[in-house]
Amino acid sequence: MSERILTARMQAHPGDSHTLERYLATGGYASLRRAVNELTPAQVTAEVKAANLRGRGGAGFPCGVKWGFLAPATPHYLVVNGDESEPGTCKDRQLLERDPHQLVEGTAIAAYALGVHQAFIYVRGEYARPARRVQRAVDEAYAAGFLGAGIAGSGFDLDVTVHLGAGAYICGEETALLNSLEGRRGEPRIRPPFPAVEGLYGQPTIVNNVETLSNLPWIIEHGGAAYDALGPEGSRGTRLFSVSGHVARPGNYEVVMGLSWRDLIYREDLGAGVRDGRALKAWIPGGASAPWLVPEHLDEPVTIDDTARLGSMLGSGAVVVMDETTDVVAAALALVRFFAHESCGECTPCREGTTWLLRILERIVRGAGRPADLDLLLDISDNISPGLRWPPAQTTICPLGPSATAPIVSLMRHFRPEVEARVLPGAGAHG
Amino acid sequence: MAERVTLTIDGRAVEASAGELLIAVAQRAGTYLPRFCWHPRLEPVGMCRQCLVELEGPRGRALTTSCTTRVAEGMVVHTTSEAVRKAQEGVLEYLLVNHPLDCPVCDRGGECPLQDQTIAFGPGESRYVEEKRHFAKPIPISDLVLLDRERCILCARCTRFAEEIAGDPLIHFVSRGNTTQVLTFPGEPFSSYFSGNTVQICPVGALTAVPYRFRARPWDLEAVESTCPHCSVGCRVSLQASANRVVRLLGVDNAHTNQGWLCDKGRFGCEYLASPERLTTPLVRGKDGELHPATWAEALARAAAGLRSVIDGEGADAVAGLGGARSTNEEAYAFGKFLRATVGTGHLDARLGDALSARFLTGLPRRGAIDDLEEAGAVLVWGPDLKEELPVLYLRVRRAATRRGARLVVVHPRATGLDPVADHVLRYRPGEGAEMLRRLSEGEGEAAAARAALEQGPLVAVVGRPGLAEDPRLAEAVAAFAEGFPGARVLPAARRSNLYGALDMGLAPDLLPGRVPAGDLSAREALAERWGGLPGAEGDDAEGIVAGLQEGRIRAVVLLGCDPAADFPDPARAAAALGRAELVVAVDLFLTESSRRAHVVLPALAFGEVEGTVTNLEGRVQKVNRVVPGPGQARPAVEILEDLARLLGHSIGGETAEALAGEIAASPAYVGITWASLSRGEGRDGIRAATPVPYDLPLEAPGEETGEMALHLARVLYDRGTLVRQGQALAGLAGAASLHIHPADAARLGIPEGGTARLSGRSGVSGLPVVLDPSLAPGTVYLPFNLGASVGDGPVVSVEAAP
Repeated sequence: MSERILTARMQAHPGDSHTLERYLATGGYASLRRAVNELTPAQVTAEVKAANLRGRGGAGFPCGVKWGFLAPATPHYLVVNGDESEPGTCKDRQLLERDPHQLVEGTAIAAYALGVHQAFIYVRGEYARPARRVQRAVDEAYAAGFLGAGIAGSGFDLDVTVHLGAGAYICGEETALLNSLEGRRGEPRIRPPFPAVEGLYGQPTIVNNVETLSNLPWIIEHGGAAYDALGPEGSRGTRLFSVSGHVARPGNYEVVMGLSWRDLIYREDLGAGVRDGRALKAWIPGGASAPWLVPEHLDEPVTIDDTARLGSMLGSGAVVVMDETTDVVAAALALVRFFAHESCGECTPCREGTTWLLRILERIVRGAGRPADLDLLLDISDNISPGLRWPPAQTTICPLGPSATAPIVSLMRHFRPEVEARVLPGAGAHG
Repeated sequence: MAERVTLTIDGRAVEASAGELLIAVAQRAGTYLPRFCWHPRLEPVGMCRQCLVELEGPRGRALTTSCTTRVAEGMVVHTTSEAVRKAQEGVLEYLLVNHPLDCPVCDRGGECPLQDQTIAFGPGESRYVEEKRHFAKPIPISDLVLLDRERCILCARCTRFAEEIAGDPLIHFVSRGNTTQVLTFPGEPFSSYFSGNTVQICPVGALTAVPYRFRARPWDLEAVESTCPHCSVGCRVSLQASANRVVRLLGVDNAHTNQGWLCDKGRFGCEYLASPERLTTPLVRGKDGELHPATWAEALARAAAGLRSVIDGEGADAVAGLGGARSTNEEAYAFGKFLRATVGTGHLDARLGDALSARFLTGLPRRGAIDDLEEAGAVLVWGPDLKEELPVLYLRVRRAATRRGARLVVVHPRATGLDPVADHVLRYRPGEGAEMLRRLSEGEGEAAAARAALEQGPLVAVVGRPGLAEDPRLAEAVAAFAEGFPGARVLPAARRSNLYGALDMGLAPDLLPGRVPAGDLSAREALAERWGGLPGAEGDDAEGIVAGLQEGRIRAVVLLGCDPAADFPDPARAAAALGRAELVVAVDLFLTESSRRAHVVLPALAFGEVEGTVTNLEGRVQKVNRVVPGPGQARPAVEILEDLARLLGHSIGGETAEALAGEIAASPAYVGITWASLSRGEGRDGIRAATPVPYDLPLEAPGEETGEMALHLARVLYDRGTLVRQGQALAGLAGAASLHIHPADAARLGIPEGGTARLSGRSGVSGLPVVLDPSLAPGTVYLPFNLGASVGDGPVVSVEAAP
């Protein structure tokens, strides 16, 4: 399976895939030209719906359906979420850096379908080079008439503004991103109202992920049906996975969904197996927020719905592989430390709970754990995400808090004896 | 009217209006849901997560915050399920993990929502064994407020109040996650006129007030409901005393007036009551020319003899009375009756030459209520800077503009507190108000858009004197203009606390008690009969009385709680006038610029020490109550006046204030407004008095004298007024006098920024520090009133660079 949608250009032309010249030479902006001159917005939306394209930001919400929620009030906005911050995830970075025109074109197609005249591309603050590339692509697109007034010879106007974040994971959450874009603290908003009704500056707003929109030029070129023919039902199309950790061949891989986890981790052209021939212990299937999978899941299909059935998610597409030498308590501590550090502090359970989890894990790793800490960890988690079920419930405003419980739940579900051994009297410090 | 819906809370059917917040609906139905961030007067944010309930939905029950959920038909809510109980306990445990639990040394201990709700809804003990979060504690965030970040539970009530309600976004969340904290900007204190409200609404002891800190424990406090005495908004307060000393005022949520808020002057301005400088004994001027303590009998006899001698020698017309605007209605009524019936003079005034006409202030035909602002489509503010003079009315107008969708037009000679939220701001020079009014009414030039905004009615116009150098009749023409709009209502804006009540009690030469014009002959006759005497002619107002004293026509003056030598627009002239009197009798709390010039000083009881009623700027009559006995031999003013009357062979029937209250409740505007009716049910929120004889507003604005430079003379919240100066907390907040001038004028006149200038009007003052103020109408200088520099109250001045 070598079907490539998102990375074809950068694979074929690694030296200059980000330039307008190369983009045009490889058929770029033809889809936009066609969309704005030959298709109605409704026809564009129909193609996206027919493609059954699901959002690539983490939640996997059907893109065309989301667009349908846009409230009629104007002005309304399109915001491209390029605040890729989930640990282990670097697929949007590649799309921003290596094929920015593909994103600009996808953004313009979406804007046309939505009747939006102002779009924002919000790029993670640490992504200096990707942001420069996107800004340059936007500038080039303006100069070439693909943005601005009357784009591609049509009567459709679109302005695109590139905005850099300031270094907060929470701003990947769409409502916190909108606050940040408005110049406020990056804190999630209470929903409802949803952004499609009351988003940026209180106006209807659609927020789409970079990867999601990067698919649009291909979908308009080949038709929604062609996209819908790729991969299993519910997980159509290709997907970029950032495979990292203890694999022999870490990297970003674009694959058609539906292959097995064994393929993704072991196939020679993908992860190429666990490093040094060691045994696999566990892996995170979709970013730090996703509960872990273990070797018994290796032959499960890599799809959105099958992974949900296993109590986890494809999330941001970050696959982090842990081999048999991994200290899973230390691994959980690293993850919880990340969430505690990135908690915005707005709501109580996340602000206080994540740091409490962190302190206990630190104590266990330090050799000062108590047997009672295991159930305490679970109950603290339960007070953030009641029932510790999937999809997670939450006492919090946004899913960040429940995300911090994923490593705890994974630890207790798959490795409880290992944790218990650490808290026995005299267990001493590890690592 | 919103659609009515029925929902189910814990199996009980509950009715509510669609769109109401579930937390409020549940509370009304008897189910109190624990909460920290939610406050009924702030926008909901759902941050603390304490009010979680379960809602039934298509996918089963889900936890959601009741403070962000709007009720809808058929909603099914569970508030006591196992899931809810666990979530509530869980959140409380989280809130406590970093809370220092230093309750024994915390002001909030004993009245703390965190304590109370932990006991009601929280876990018995914490499972937290880690190190708690530490911050330096407490840190001052202003002169009045201290912040303890360890106690803070980050509910954002204070920060939201500062931004949403006060419009002073000076405190913020800083940092994030577990190190989030409330802080000010470096070097920029939380110097808001409303900072004390954050202490009151803080659900823990994170914010404490410097004046109250460690002064009392809640269980020691004796509290009564009363009305704030500092300005004419009439905010409802809880007046709290410990060991016979008023230690704290809290705002009470009166929906009509303050909605729970207070300004810091009101909140912290109670310290004067316990000032060591309070008068505790009568004083009589001796042969050595100094004031000496005396017995009540000596002092009253001296005052009565002095009055008798002037009356007998030069007629009752040689006696005048000033003051009463800081007194209760009963005291003001007693004062009027004493002057008119006992002494027999018509020279009396509760104003000090700084207000508007008495008929305007009491007889406005379309007088509005503060609450009219809630439904206003447009608001016109052409009067004092409300933030400086009537701070809580500023909050209400600000709310109308920012939360209720009203278009706001502000007309003033310089920037006011409302400008940032105004849709249209118009500037004019003092003395040129008539021209500004013509432009506004004709929609000329820059005023066209403002004029159009005013059409977005119903209009509420807040009308008063922008500055003391301007002609007060301008306000009447502005009110007449405003009344021309359909559905318009006018709120008269004069500051001094119970001025409206005093005028309603007839403390003006052209008014009789009950808002009756003194020219009403049948009313005069009836009153003369009831009172056993009334002077035949209308007397002089405050201006006339000061002039009369200067001319020697008036020989004796009785002052009731007023300080014309400081508060008169031209204080030097008033001081000189007092100096010429043969007899000055001052009923006062302190030796002021005026009472120190008196021959007899009679110490009176103050706010919180007497019972009575007061009337606010919308004509709302409210009760004031007594919580402390008062210092030394000080006595209720009503009793003092009755004793004086008796020594003069008369009686005002005022052995007690309550006796006079009965007479007041029989006057035309106050029919049926009794102490009893104000002390029960909705009467506790006050009852608005009627307007029996409407005043015909003049349509023409007065022509005024103008010159090259015009004077804008206006009050600031913290000035050298007695009540500010006599309290530790506020005294230091009053600034020094400075001269504000437009940069273009300064350049033209060669006055450098940071330099000093001489300002000359009727008198002159040198060495005023110069502040460049581009918000001024060019050709105007601004001098804050009562900060120690005065040039009289004429509108025409000159300025020159001078040390």
